[in-house]
Amino acid sequence: MARLTPTAPRSPQWRRWVLGLAGLYFLVPLAASVVFTVDVPGQGLTLDAYTKIIGTEGFTSSLLLSLGLAAVTIAVVLLLMVPALVALRLGAPRLRPVVEAVCSLPLVVPPIAFVAGLGTVLKWGPEHLARTPLFQTFVALQNPDFPVVLVLAYVVMALPFTYRALDAGLRAVDVRTLVEAARSCGAGPVRALVTAVLPNLRGALMNAAFLVLALVLGEYTVAQLLGFRPFAVWIVNISGSQAQMSVAVSVLSLLVTWVLLLALAGAGGRAPGARRTRTAKG
Amino acid sequence: MTSTLTTPAASRTGSGKRRGRAPGAGPDARPRRRRAPAWLAAVPLLAFTAVAFGVPAIAMLGGAFTVDDPAGGPASYGTGNLATSLQGAYLTALIGSVKLSATAAVLAALLGLPLAQAVVTGSRALREAVLTASGVLANFGGVPLAFAFVATLGNAGVLTRHLGLADKGWSLYSFWGLVVVYLYFLVPLMVLTITPALDGLRTQWREAARSNGATTVQYWRHVALPVLLPSLLGGLVLLFGSAFAAYATAAAMVGSAVPLVTLQISDALSGNVLVGQENVALALSLDMVVVAGLVMAVYLPLQRRSSRWLA
Repeated sequence: MARLTPTAPRSPQWRRWVLGLAGLYFLVPLAASVVFTVDVPGQGLTLDAYTKIIGTEGFTSSLLLSLGLAAVTIAVVLLLMVPALVALRLGAPRLRPVVEAVCSLPLVVPPIAFVAGLGTVLKWGPEHLARTPLFQTFVALQNPDFPVVLVLAYVVMALPFTYRALDAGLRAVDVRTLVEAARSCGAGPVRALVTAVLPNLRGALMNAAFLVLALVLGEYTVAQLLGFRPFAVWIVNISGSQAQMSVAVSVLSLLVTWVLLLALAGAGGRAPGARRTRTAKG
Repeated sequence: MTSTLTTPAASRTGSGKRRGRAPGAGPDARPRRRRAPAWLAAVPLLAFTAVAFGVPAIAMLGGAFTVDDPAGGPASYGTGNLATSLQGAYLTALIGSVKLSATAAVLAALLGLPLAQAVVTGSRALREAVLTASGVLANFGGVPLAFAFVATLGNAGVLTRHLGLADKGWSLYSFWGLVVVYLYFLVPLMVLTITPALDGLRTQWREAARSNGATTVQYWRHVALPVLLPSLLGGLVLLFGSAFAAYATAAAMVGSAVPLVTLQISDALSGNVLVGQENVALALSLDMVVVAGLVMAVYLPLQRRSSRWLA
């Protein structure tokens, strides 16, 4: 940064304008949303939109469903990715491009196209497999209390950016030395992974987990088209009848997500390379 | 998947044999046994992707090329759905999506570049703050974003009411309304994408240009922009892809007021407009995959090129 200081005082004027306009554009919608929820035409200032949220039908169940889906998705993603990526670093470098390509594939297929294919597969159940044991699997996948099919979809959608988050974390750690040290102390491969590698990856694991959490809490496309009702779908459903409340819940969910992501940036984001992982969403 | 798995394993055995010709063949056996589980650990991941991603992808391909017989006879394979997906309202929607994504991406790139430059030349605290905020905002999208803008600039939105925007012909539920909304996550994404490249511009280049008598404009025109070009183009296609795939924001905000391919797919899937258009929806999805694939085919080489310049 020091090398930039000579040029820094040269142009404070335009920089102030750019930052000011950007700040305005990014803050006004948030401020206006808050005003919208408390300043209801005809009623004056009221906090009803916020106080009534908890009691509204569907809020608790849809939020719990989303949180449950997020927890299971995080667990599945980490269980699939961590051993694979660690092992690739240790012993199968030639497989790395393959895994990287596989994990990047979901970027090429937009969520709506993915869910179109997923919906087609789910229809095979009643159409072709009604008399086979597979049918029960299809029914279980779509259990409305806990739709496993959403977990499958979310894991796929999370692959590209969890890959980058974990890969950046692994790049900063000398996995080979850690594992060899643990193994020469007598640890088995699993124990070496759990006691030596994972603690060193804590930042990257948290990073990946929070990104998945944000993804699942905000996910609308897949859930809506497959006919389930987690949090994001619920907000849209109530927006027709209770506009104020839907905006209030949006504001709250934003704040929660942002506090989580900011906490993440504060905790692990200082490490070099961690910033790159946050661009992964796009 | 299995065939790709055996390749590295097989080639490793091959190299092991080559090394085995040396006198010390004994120790070679141990690392090989220790390595064998290495690729095994990737099997669950690859198997999972093959099922959860591969099967729907194949179903999409199959459905896109399956044409139902209107007379109720057996379905046949053909390109009828693809032809339908490139006609009439579907084509309008596809073009509408491309236009919207391209407009939003270009605007976001033009607006993001000065912002990123302000960040790069600013103080450390400013830099941390803006980049952290960008990381958060670039992850922001979907339903909450749509509702924030509905509350701000929608029909009954706060700014619309207080500034009387409706009388001036403003509507959020239009092409330009969507562009304004999309910029909210595209500009931060651009800032994140382009900042490393701006960081990579050496101060010496600017000093060298200046001591040769170049103006600031000439420096940007002949030195900085050519170096930045791959990163800029890479960022541009990344933003385009991001906007092109967006569905939730538009669905929660405009319904089908603006023709977009994602909205057409969801309408066709849920039978909102016409019954029995599922396969056209799959063909449209395939169209989208082709566009997104082209985007990645442009993006990845550009990214590689810019990292070579700015390493």
